[in-house]
Amino acid sequence: MLNFFSYNDWILHSLVWIPIVGMVHVLWSPEERAKYLALGWSTVVLVLSLGLWWAYDPAINIGGYQLSSSHSWIRQWGASYSLGIDGISIFLVLLTTLTTPIAILGSFNYITKKEKSFYALMLLLEFGVIGVFTALDLFLFYVFFEMTLIPMYFIVGIWGGERRIYAAVKFFLYTAFGSLLMLVAILYLYLRAKTLTGVPSFAFIDLFQISLSPTEQIWLFSAFALAFAIKVPIFPFHTWLPDAHVEAPTPGSVVLAAVLLKMGTYGFVRFLLPLFPVASQHPTVVMIMMTLGVVGIIYAAWVAAVQPDAKKLVAYTSVAHMGFVVIGIFALNINGLQGGMLVMISHGISTGTLFLLLGMLYERRHTREIEDFGGLSLVAPWLATAFVITALASIGLPGTSGFVGEFLALLGAFESHPVIGGLATTGVIFAAYYMLPMVQRIHFNPLDKDKNSKIQDLSRREIIILAPMISLMIWIGVYPTPFLERMEPSVKAIIENVEASTSLNDSEDNKYEIISSVPELIIHTSNIDDNKIADHLNSDETVN
Amino acid sequence: MSNINLIQETGIGEGWEPLLPGLIILLPLLGFFINGVLALWEAKKSAAIIREGNEDTTAGLNSSKAHSWPGWIGPGVIGVAFVLTLINFVRMLEGEASEPIIREYWTWMATGSLEIAAAIQIDQLAIIMVLIITGIGFLIHIFSVGYMHGDPGYPRYFAYLNLFIFFMLILVMGSNYPVMFVGWEGVGLCSYLLIGYWFDQEEKASAGKKAFIVNRIGDFGFLLAVFLLFTNLGTFDYGSIFARGEEVFEYGGPLVTTITLFFLLAAVGKSAQIPLYIWLPDAMAGPTPVSALIHAATMVTAGVYLVARSSLLFAMAPVSSAIVAGIGVFTAFFAATIALKQYDIKKVLAYSTVSQLGYMFLGVGVGAYTAGFFHLITHAFFKALLFLGAGAVIHSMHYALHQTHKDWDAQDIRNMGGLRKCMPITWITMWIATLAISGIWPFAGFFSKDEIIWMTGSIAGADNAPYPGLYTVYWVMALVTAMLTVIYMTRLMIMAFHGMNRTGSKEFGHLHEAPKHMWIPLVVLAVFSVIGGWINVSKDIQQSFLGGFGNIPMAGWLHHWLEPVTESAHHIQEIHWGAISHSAPLGGGEVAWGALSTTAALIVLIVTVWMVRSDKISVATEDSDPRGLSKVIYNKWYVDEFYGHIFIRTLQRLSKFAWRIVDIKIIDRSVGIVAGGMRALGWLASLTQSGQVNTYAFIFTVGILLIFGIVIF
Amino acid sequence: MLPESLILSALIFVIGTMGVIVRRNVIIMFLCIELQLNAVNLTFVSLSRYLGIDGQVFVFFVMTVAAAEAAVGLAIIISIFRHYGSVDVDNFRMLKW
Repeated sequence: MLNFFSYNDWILHSLVWIPIVGMVHVLWSPEERAKYLALGWSTVVLVLSLGLWWAYDPAINIGGYQLSSSHSWIRQWGASYSLGIDGISIFLVLLTTLTTPIAILGSFNYITKKEKSFYALMLLLEFGVIGVFTALDLFLFYVFFEMTLIPMYFIVGIWGGERRIYAAVKFFLYTAFGSLLMLVAILYLYLRAKTLTGVPSFAFIDLFQISLSPTEQIWLFSAFALAFAIKVPIFPFHTWLPDAHVEAPTPGSVVLAAVLLKMGTYGFVRFLLPLFPVASQHPTVVMIMMTLGVVGIIYAAWVAAVQPDAKKLVAYTSVAHMGFVVIGIFALNINGLQGGMLVMISHGISTGTLFLLLGMLYERRHTREIEDFGGLSLVAPWLATAFVITALASIGLPGTSGFVGEFLALLGAFESHPVIGGLATTGVIFAAYYMLPMVQRIHFNPLDKDKNSKIQDLSRREIIILAPMISLMIWIGVYPTPFLERMEPSVKAIIENVEASTSLNDSEDNKYEIISSVPELIIHTSNIDDNKIADHLNSDETVN
Repeated sequence: MSNINLIQETGIGEGWEPLLPGLIILLPLLGFFINGVLALWEAKKSAAIIREGNEDTTAGLNSSKAHSWPGWIGPGVIGVAFVLTLINFVRMLEGEASEPIIREYWTWMATGSLEIAAAIQIDQLAIIMVLIITGIGFLIHIFSVGYMHGDPGYPRYFAYLNLFIFFMLILVMGSNYPVMFVGWEGVGLCSYLLIGYWFDQEEKASAGKKAFIVNRIGDFGFLLAVFLLFTNLGTFDYGSIFARGEEVFEYGGPLVTTITLFFLLAAVGKSAQIPLYIWLPDAMAGPTPVSALIHAATMVTAGVYLVARSSLLFAMAPVSSAIVAGIGVFTAFFAATIALKQYDIKKVLAYSTVSQLGYMFLGVGVGAYTAGFFHLITHAFFKALLFLGAGAVIHSMHYALHQTHKDWDAQDIRNMGGLRKCMPITWITMWIATLAISGIWPFAGFFSKDEIIWMTGSIAGADNAPYPGLYTVYWVMALVTAMLTVIYMTRLMIMAFHGMNRTGSKEFGHLHEAPKHMWIPLVVLAVFSVIGGWINVSKDIQQSFLGGFGNIPMAGWLHHWLEPVTESAHHIQEIHWGAISHSAPLGGGEVAWGALSTTAALIVLIVTVWMVRSDKISVATEDSDPRGLSKVIYNKWYVDEFYGHIFIRTLQRLSKFAWRIVDIKIIDRSVGIVAGGMRALGWLASLTQSGQVNTYAFIFTVGILLIFGIVIF
Repeated sequence: MLPESLILSALIFVIGTMGVIVRRNVIIMFLCIELQLNAVNLTFVSLSRYLGIDGQVFVFFVMTVAAAEAAVGLAIIISIFRHYGSVDVDNFRMLKW
């Protein structure tokens, strides 16, 4: 059915470029129609993207990319415009296409000035993020990765709260700092690949095949990891996040939490494990990452619990959730990685919805202070119900999306590092400790403030926004198998690749590893001439 | 639903065919959805009224459909579920199958290395639990129709209650630990929602929150235990775990001890045992039928169910079992002392529940899984009855005080007295429950409690008992606690129902017997509080005068019934502990001690009646503050305050420290310092930019000269 | 002959350089720059005697450029004077910002 329209051939390109078409259309249209156009275009993207669910078949090309296509872009550098998805990126693409129209719909009342530019930027952001998740070329990836900064910078800086400039600059500089280090690492990797194969290429599949010495891996790993750690953010690189979230307008927060943070964790899964298998299972590295993840889980939960500002509270909970992702990934087993992936999806949905709900409260009361609310269940029961369900999904109640991911991630972490897994499991206690008091002080307790007693319940538009999100939370909680089975082959491939490198590289004596991996190289790369290898081997010592 | 293959594979089909087991679970869920929709509808209307500034939200709403339907739907679905269960139970009795029936509905989670099915398991243990849950649940639903009538959140109440039954059924019917965990947390959620049912009162909302957070500590233990099981056995299913447990784990080894201790943590949280019992007394903030259903009869017994379900693991870990028993008996004693000095009728019952749960823990801890489970059953009857009776009393008191606008506490037993005249049915049924909980022959509690105490004593005398001295101490404490139980319950009954009425003459006229909806469940429960114990009379007692010289038809039935579930655990225990003794530590057989304990209980009862002297009691507002030891007991040994200081405040301080110092002052500031450092460097460099052309020219010249110098020399 | 002319041009160049560095009057600084240019011209001319005609060709280029530069430079100075009422470089620090 889908293939009748040769869906597989054009879908990814249209997902990337339709937002740009929409952006141009929005910019050319009158101010008051901007939001409807933006909503329309992003809905088109959403509807089109839904076909991916069926178009992606986990049973074929196991662990590889699908729907992929490649066009030469900058031939001299070997940079190509190639797109494709696998079991890891498909859900992030879908998450993006889902959250964008919802965030746009959620900003109808919130955004009152310069609407045209705002919606154009939202579409530009969608373009960038889908690009990040579909790119199969490191150069293209980097371009998209950096490009997402620009719309977000303006969204925070123009439509944000009081300290918006500070937050926007902090967000921009902090994340740009990290990604510049990554750029250096990318260039090194590229040059290294060029020397080895003689053919310049940024394509993932080519880069994944080059063999690096453990020392190189550690250094490159650090550069990549820092960039992604800031983006995720992992403790202690998280301080930009609360500021950005608090100042950002509701739709900005939604997209930031639901999608932008995932670019960091996606980077971990997509690059760190396949590119640097030796480094990523080096005991010290694993220990550092796991520890940071656990500290993030516990520490962020504590900090969240004492926040007077509801939005800041939710922002800190993001850090805690991302901690679960990190420990899941660096558990380096299938359960952990699948759990981490599912936490990413679930966090996107539940935390995104929490920000939407807080935005709705802000529109009604013009405050984010938890103390200014109280007893809202009496006057806005539907809003309160949605809030409670979302909060419970966020703290991982079984039957909601949060549980499945956390359970698998914790189980995975526990399998490889019982102590770390055990410590991380205390996160379930602290999750209740930060979330329930907030729910109580906003929605329960006496209705003792006059302003609160006039609050309106959910409007029809708001119900339309919340309904799909809440249904998804329940669906993933009750029947996550369709998600898990789609991501399984890709996850398995990554894990197997990491494990295979153990036999290749003995972690004790890691100086001249590269020699033992030469046969591998010859198998993988087609057009090597022997002199190049000899040169490379001779120059190896100086490189190290 | 591809369940047919599965049944054939495991070859269970021979015994019996269950009738729609999934429907038993689905019906309460259906009720939840219908009532939930009604509740949302209702809430929307009352919200509109509040927004207009009208205080009385009940005005004009009671007559609406949303207020008459839930009263039918809520109990209705549970009633049908109960009937279904009963049919299945009868079939199971006839089928005499020992293998559990497993129905697998869909794959819940599956990664490459694990597979968890959304599957239910019906076996002897589960079906009894389901009977209790749906049966007592049904009665309590009916009671609630009367009790909650006129409450603005009527449909919401039934929605929560149905949801609770749904999760509770998942808890007991799940065929693997993760599915059990769904129910485990789900009942916690419902408990949270129902404790904080009147959410607009801060203390009630806080009590709900406290229950949830404390329960989550237990959930943490559950998760870790399950993880440990998985890493060692590679599965979550009961069947494979218990089949392979014996070969994988070493008897008394550290691994199985750790697993069982984590399970114990879970059980302690859910079943309100020391040190996590603190949430249960606060949970009395919820409506009284909720206390009866969740916080007495069903949910809090989940911990006992967990231990009974995992009996094989506990049998292999004698240390954990001893700790289970120790926690149980100590909690039983400790809570009983607190109950002695409480005045709130529900608080007394709450501590009594904690205490009785302690007995159940003692039972399962000493390896008498059937006895512990037996007490769970009888306790469900008489404690539900006590709570519902208390509910009837509170309902009546509340009405009377409301009629005369008297600002008194409707739950304080000092404000009651003489109620037997106006509430005869409640009075009689509650006395039956009191006699049952006091362990007086031939009421239900006698047989179950006696068996637990007896088993404790005989374990102490077993051939190779691991800690005979310890078990002797447990035995003595259990006996003492039994007497304390008699005291606090008799005190409650005398103060509430006997002597002169202290409510006030005007109010006394308004006190009335509970309506039909409410007293019928009381009577039904009272009947079971009498005969409920006869299903498991031990052999010695059955043959003696206490057992009617062998005329009780179902004696020893439960023991036999649960054998498929507990036999392997008993087997392990027999191998390692040897034969248990047939006399108590001080000598004497089971019949002698049974007769002695009943006599002692009766004597204590009479002494208590004489001691309480209800004419000397003053009402709550005029009563003097307790002093000395009774003050300490009245304030519950100050445990809440202790926890507040040690744990909660520390955690809050840590949190504030993490935020104000670590996050703002250290992490964010160091980010700021890096950024500031960059600015400082920029500023330094900008110093060279004087703006004076001459200076630039001078530097330029010097530079050229330097370059020349370097090139030339 | 050569050393003398080179020394002379060096002297003139140094005078010009010092003038640019020390003086504050834009006109004088401008003249000093012209002085430097002419010092270079002198070097070209004197060296062309030994190294061929190229040096003299260069001098013509320099003179042309210097003339153009003088026209533009003076125009700028005049407009600055009109704006600030002064030709003291200490007043012209706009570039710093």
